[in-house]
Amino acid sequence: MALERVMPAGLDNSSDDPSGRQALIVGNNTYESITEKVCGVVEDPKIDKRWLALFIVALGGLGMLGALIVYLIATGVGVWGNNTPVAWGWPIVNFVFWVGIGHAGTLISAILFLLRQDWRTSINRFAEAMTIFAVVCAGTFPGIHVGRIWVAYWLFPIPNQMAMWPNFRSPLLWDVFAVSTYASVSLVFWYMGMIPDLATIRDRAKHPLRRFGYGLLALGWRQNSRAWHRYEKAYGILAGLATPLVLSVHTIVSFDFAVSQLPGWHTTIFPPYFVAGAIFSGFAMVVTLAVPARAFYGMKDIITIRHLENMNKVILATGMMVGYAYAMEFFIAWYGGNRYEQFAFINRATGPYAWAYWIMVSCNVISPQVFWFKKARTSIPIMMVVAILVNIGMWFERFVITISSLSRDFVPSSWDYFRPTLVDIGMLIGSFGLFFTLFLLFLRFLPMIAMAEVKTVMNRPKQAESADKPEMAASLN
Amino acid sequence: MDSRISQTDGDEPRWISELKDHDDNSNQELYAVVAEYDTPDALMAACEQVRDAGFKDWDSITPFPVHGIDESMGIKQSILPWIVLGAGLTGGTIGLLLQWWTNAIAYPFIISGKPFFSLPANIPVIFELTILLSAFTAVGAMLALNLLPAFYHPLFRHPRMARYSSDRFAIVIEAKDRLFDREKVEALLKGAGSVGHEVLFAPEKRAPLPKVFHGVGILATLLTLVPLAYIAKARFTKSEDPRIHIIQDMDMQPKFKAQVPNELLGSLWGDARASLLPMEGTIARGEFVEDEALHYGQDESGNWVTSFPVEVDQALLERGRQRFDIYCSVCHGHAGDGNGSVNQRATALARFGGKGMAWAPPANFTDPRIVAQPVGELYNTVANGKNNMKGYAAQIPVEDRWAIVAYVRALQKAQTVPVDSLTDEQRDALGSN
Repeated sequence: MALERVMPAGLDNSSDDPSGRQALIVGNNTYESITEKVCGVVEDPKIDKRWLALFIVALGGLGMLGALIVYLIATGVGVWGNNTPVAWGWPIVNFVFWVGIGHAGTLISAILFLLRQDWRTSINRFAEAMTIFAVVCAGTFPGIHVGRIWVAYWLFPIPNQMAMWPNFRSPLLWDVFAVSTYASVSLVFWYMGMIPDLATIRDRAKHPLRRFGYGLLALGWRQNSRAWHRYEKAYGILAGLATPLVLSVHTIVSFDFAVSQLPGWHTTIFPPYFVAGAIFSGFAMVVTLAVPARAFYGMKDIITIRHLENMNKVILATGMMVGYAYAMEFFIAWYGGNRYEQFAFINRATGPYAWAYWIMVSCNVISPQVFWFKKARTSIPIMMVVAILVNIGMWFERFVITISSLSRDFVPSSWDYFRPTLVDIGMLIGSFGLFFTLFLLFLRFLPMIAMAEVKTVMNRPKQAESADKPEMAASLN
Repeated sequence: MDSRISQTDGDEPRWISELKDHDDNSNQELYAVVAEYDTPDALMAACEQVRDAGFKDWDSITPFPVHGIDESMGIKQSILPWIVLGAGLTGGTIGLLLQWWTNAIAYPFIISGKPFFSLPANIPVIFELTILLSAFTAVGAMLALNLLPAFYHPLFRHPRMARYSSDRFAIVIEAKDRLFDREKVEALLKGAGSVGHEVLFAPEKRAPLPKVFHGVGILATLLTLVPLAYIAKARFTKSEDPRIHIIQDMDMQPKFKAQVPNELLGSLWGDARASLLPMEGTIARGEFVEDEALHYGQDESGNWVTSFPVEVDQALLERGRQRFDIYCSVCHGHAGDGNGSVNQRATALARFGGKGMAWAPPANFTDPRIVAQPVGELYNTVANGKNNMKGYAAQIPVEDRWAIVAYVRALQKAQTVPVDSLTDEQRDALGSN
């Protein structure tokens, strides 16, 4: 029998009383009410006005992104601020930013699954969707920054008439494999997780078109235990595969920098530092999305204060790791005695980009420290503010890493100050438009909470009568 | 309850009732007994009883995976993990072979002595391909082993099937099981605590696939072979047409090429050459030759001149010696005997080193044949070369060539003049050498 969890009086299950584990799903929820709540969003025949307003704004952002991409392809990479010495500008910063955000979803789905953290079930569908859409945004930027986008297929090892093959020693090519693998595996993991919930929606569907669409996606799933057995095995295997995958993908992204020779880039701390930073920014984005969504859709008893508090604890922990990495960079630069590296870090803190550096430090290192206090961890306004600050800070971290090292590297006569153009800024805002367009569509048409998984962590209902009737079993000879 | 009687259950989705209306009830046979349970614990207890009773063709329906039901039902562990392992190893091997073959064999990257095959650099892609194939196989094999997609199943006709994906649980025992007996099964399930049960009927034969799909299937398969056939043909035949070149970039440039006839020019002024000849009546700079004897060493009739067209004095001879030492002595030697350092090296190579190397030694200026040559011919040899010697016209200006010729004459005289013809002063000036 599953361990019984203590149901709190109201909606607040953040108590740390060790005598009984708090229930993860609070309120008077049964299996049926979970189904009704989650499917109700998808089955709503009316379009919510607030959703529509947000969707139109997001579509506007997407349109701006599309128009700017067309302008970029027609005119050339010069429309950005990239120029010697800062040949990698905002596009790479945006790429690493979005890929990092995506990693939290896989962590919640896969790593928390392996660690048997039941609280992941309320947010994993949501977070995985965020991963997919973040990776879509991320993939846009390397795609368009290659210059000749019409031969972008040269990135892949496809037999061609030139008898040429790509260079597998380059981290830029490892990136191609890593991000493509990450996108496909996340998509497949997300879809597989949704099959049972799509079956639920299919079974409740009244309109034939809705029944056909969800039925097609549900692949005829009929939730029999033998199928669940293989499903759970596949889920566990995918979780086990996705865990090293997420670590490797952001490691490979960090290799784009670490494998080079630039001071400030060429350090072995980059892989763990980037991965911790990715989880940090990703969780902050999950909190930023979950807090409004749970209020909007009335899911406060499924995505509870305890869930948010746990996420804030992860934000605090990974924020400390990132802060440690900042300190270690300085220490190693001093200890290693490499004067170029020493200059690179002093330049970050005191040079022309010091403003960006100190925004980064205050947002990433200082602001999450409030989460040492339970009052802050469980307060909605405080956690929203901190989460947004962390997102800003993590964008600035990638900005500081990329641009400060490039703008002042080995030869002082090459030094220059990088300025973004309106196209740079427009594309960053537009990428948020793309992200929110996809995300709002997900909220409207797909089950935003993993119903089947949430039901496994709820307290099992008490039986109305005892099932032990040994005299009946003897009826079969 | 018999599913052949239409339900008046208002919760039932319309599509289920429509299905039932379309049911051809004539060829229906008993498919299974389905019993419903309202808690997971009740379901698990009932599953244990069914398992212990010895049934094989049965299953339980749950809206979420119930922990512990595998043991209650006696479900054996699936072979899925082994399939995934095989796929993962395949993916890793593909990654390894791909990188080895493309970067070490087919198109080696020759980068400052780095090894062609470097396993550490290849690890990321090997790892990613392992994960990629494993993940896709995990999902694909799970669906295949579950025989999904399967859009038709008799269970979907159950009026309460919608509840089984939401909040209720069920056990299905199929009629094809060898222990199946309708009353005994119903009694067993009821005794295990079910809150209701239903008997499902299904057509004994599935409607056959319309014949047209066979034709469509064969046609589609053949159509997929057409592009492959085109590729094979293109790979193994020659063609006079140029390749289809979609991305032109700057490959076709509208410019005039030097050695190629250009039609535009031909149509403009009748001469298709981009490299034009000089205009009539003009001479290029440096092409005007005032003194032919000086420039060519020949007179008007083409005979070699026999006297120097420049004044031969000590300064000319000094200049000639200096230029000779620079340009000529490497092969011909400082004494003009044909044994300069190049000749020594080449002779040694021809004797000991070079395979099949033949070396014609440079001319010895004391050779009577060369002594008899007029100065014009010597000049021509310096400017335009002879046999294996190339001409030095590009390196040596005209006056310097005559200076070298004068010096060569001096060398010849120095080695061929009989001692008796020297005066006493000249013999003293030469000293004991």
